[in-house]
Amino acid sequence: MRPFTELTSRTVVLRERNIDTDQIIPARFLTTTQRQGLGQFAFNDWRRLPDGSLNPDFAFNRAENAGAGILVAGRNFGCGSSREHAPWALADLGLRAVISAEIADIFRSNALKNGLLPIVLDESVVDELLERPGIELHIDIADRSVTLPGGSRVEFPLDAFARTCLLEGVDQLGYLLRQDEAISRFESTRATHSPSNQEFVHAS
Amino acid sequence: MTSQAPRTLFDKLWDAHLVTSESETAPATLYIDLHLIHEVTSPQAFAELDERNLPVRRPELTKGTLDHSTPTLPVGADGQHPYVNAEARAQVDKLRENCMRFGVELFDYDSPQRGIVHVMGPELGLTQPGQTIVCGDSHTATHGAFGALAFGIGTSEVGHVLATQCLLQRKPKTLSITIDGALATGVSAKDLILHVIGVIGVNGGTGHVIEYRGSTIRALSMEQRMTVCNMSIEAGARAGLIAPDEVTFNYLRGRPRVPQGAAFDSAVAQWRGFGTDEGARFDREVRIDAADIQPTVTWGTHPGQVAAIAAHVPASGDGDQAKALDYMGWQAGQALAGRPVDVVFVGSCTNSRLSDLRETASVLRGRHVHPRVRMLVVPGSEQVKREAEAEGIDQIVRAAGAEWREPGCSMCIAMNGDLVGPGQLAVSTSNRNFEGRQGKGARTVLASPLTAAACAVAGEITDPRPYLTTLPAQLAETLEVA
Ligand code: SF4
Repeated sequence: MRPFTELTSRTVVLRERNIDTDQIIPARFLTTTQRQGLGQFAFNDWRRLPDGSLNPDFAFNRAENAGAGILVAGRNFGCGSSREHAPWALADLGLRAVISAEIADIFRSNALKNGLLPIVLDESVVDELLERPGIELHIDIADRSVTLPGGSRVEFPLDAFARTCLLEGVDQLGYLLRQDEAISRFESTRATHSPSNQEFVHAS
Repeated sequence: MTSQAPRTLFDKLWDAHLVTSESETAPATLYIDLHLIHEVTSPQAFAELDERNLPVRRPELTKGTLDHSTPTLPVGADGQHPYVNAEARAQVDKLRENCMRFGVELFDYDSPQRGIVHVMGPELGLTQPGQTIVCGDSHTATHGAFGALAFGIGTSEVGHVLATQCLLQRKPKTLSITIDGALATGVSAKDLILHVIGVIGVNGGTGHVIEYRGSTIRALSMEQRMTVCNMSIEAGARAGLIAPDEVTFNYLRGRPRVPQGAAFDSAVAQWRGFGTDEGARFDREVRIDAADIQPTVTWGTHPGQVAAIAAHVPASGDGDQAKALDYMGWQAGQALAGRPVDVVFVGSCTNSRLSDLRETASVLRGRHVHPRVRMLVVPGSEQVKREAEAEGIDQIVRAAGAEWREPGCSMCIAMNGDLVGPGQLAVSTSNRNFEGRQGKGARTVLASPLTAAACAVAGEITDPRPYLTTLPAQLAETLEVA
């Protein structure tokens, strides 16, 4: 993963609460075995009218939102299915951060692994951002802050490990693989104690 | 012996799987006992292994099945499975190829055990108390009904587990939901969990692992407990748990992948330790009275928008409620009952087990699906299908005018070609009523199997209870004949 330290970009706004991952990418586009190129299906059912043409009112179809890198959305963004296709599709659209008053657990974890920064801010701040689409925000990951156009600055919570991973472009699988010795030790202690799977899964 | 502070079931499961503890700067490394995979969320994870030239660390701890993109119509005259498109076929072929190359056991079409991933695991006894279980699917919480810490993961994490058998995790918080009292006749585990989500909200469990407790939960069968835990994610929770007890052990005894004979007894002795200690503290606690639970359905576009079936949809609401009412085609304040239904789906990892199909059949027996309604009944696994057919449930379903299908996810996720048309109203025993979940423009009302079957017969949303009252008479009749 590339290091991600800061971002200055305009916002695009989806006011709805509880935007689930079926909305972000509908299931019928999940028959792919790739992770690239899913942006074209992002929010498909909101982006297109029943006749298949683009819905001119939908935020991502509006010319003024082209190139916006920050999505501001209503509370509980990314709920529902665990599909990582959701952050893949959003990243493919060019988004680098999602701001909401609440972001669902699995989506947050998936997003972080794909360089898409989930930012949870107070509802009052998010409400203000929802009211002012298209403003330019500056996000600084090192000091975990978002700066608004007037210069006011709000901090957001970001787990220390997630922060290091973003700043240094840490590869989480590589990090886990380096724990090989500890994992082997754990496996060897358990074999003697645990009824477990191991000895029985081979039975049939 | 050192005395320890009382711990919750979750704490015990967490502690027992720590390879390394979490710190300020790093999450915990958690060991995974059982990893389940399916065709949709695994191909990119295997590709990652290939790119890095990595093997699967413990191939015997990963099990694969085909369920999401698989057709539920039988093999055609040409001997081919009728896939919705070439991509779906390619996805299934890819999983087969990956399992072969990496030495992972796959429950393929030719396996008498293939099924929806969360139906198959418990049925085989792969799911056991005290385990950590993950799958690239958010309804993995189902397995928590056995006292296993089970949660959904993304595809990157599927790769992590394949390569290291471990996951990086921050410790979630705990939420105790205690439900006491008897469920009224006609009120099922599905009504219970829909009611719970209505009470705590669609995000009420975010950041938490739920433990379901209380006399109502203890009185549920294993299949009903799975229905409850299955929908934990619909309240945003990471996982749902129920402590194992005699019901659990009796369910597991003799299943193909559990220890057999004396080894089973010693396993049970160990499993008994997986319960919440007296005096253990939860981060949050909620209490619910079973007497408050009615047959419950969703009216909106997320599983927290629920109401008792005798109620009305909201008369006025905030922007989100208004949007949901509009999408669903309700008049503000309209009664739920009486709304015409186009499609009824009985299936999914929430409600496709034998007991669900028996309940469905109990309503359909001797009745007809309303001419307006298309009804699909999709068993959760090959085993469920076999057992149901042995009881004649397929005959009852067909005689009532409903379709009896091959096992799979089917209309729950609508990616195999089984779908609800735009604007149609479906009463569904699945777990998600999101916009377009069952097909673009489809409108979904989540319900129990009893309610779904009653709606199919009535051709409109209806309270299932009048359809039950006739049951004892019918039963009496059957007994007389016998
Ligand atoms: S039945 Fe539905 S919820 Fe369950 S695994 Fe299949 S798609 Fe997911």
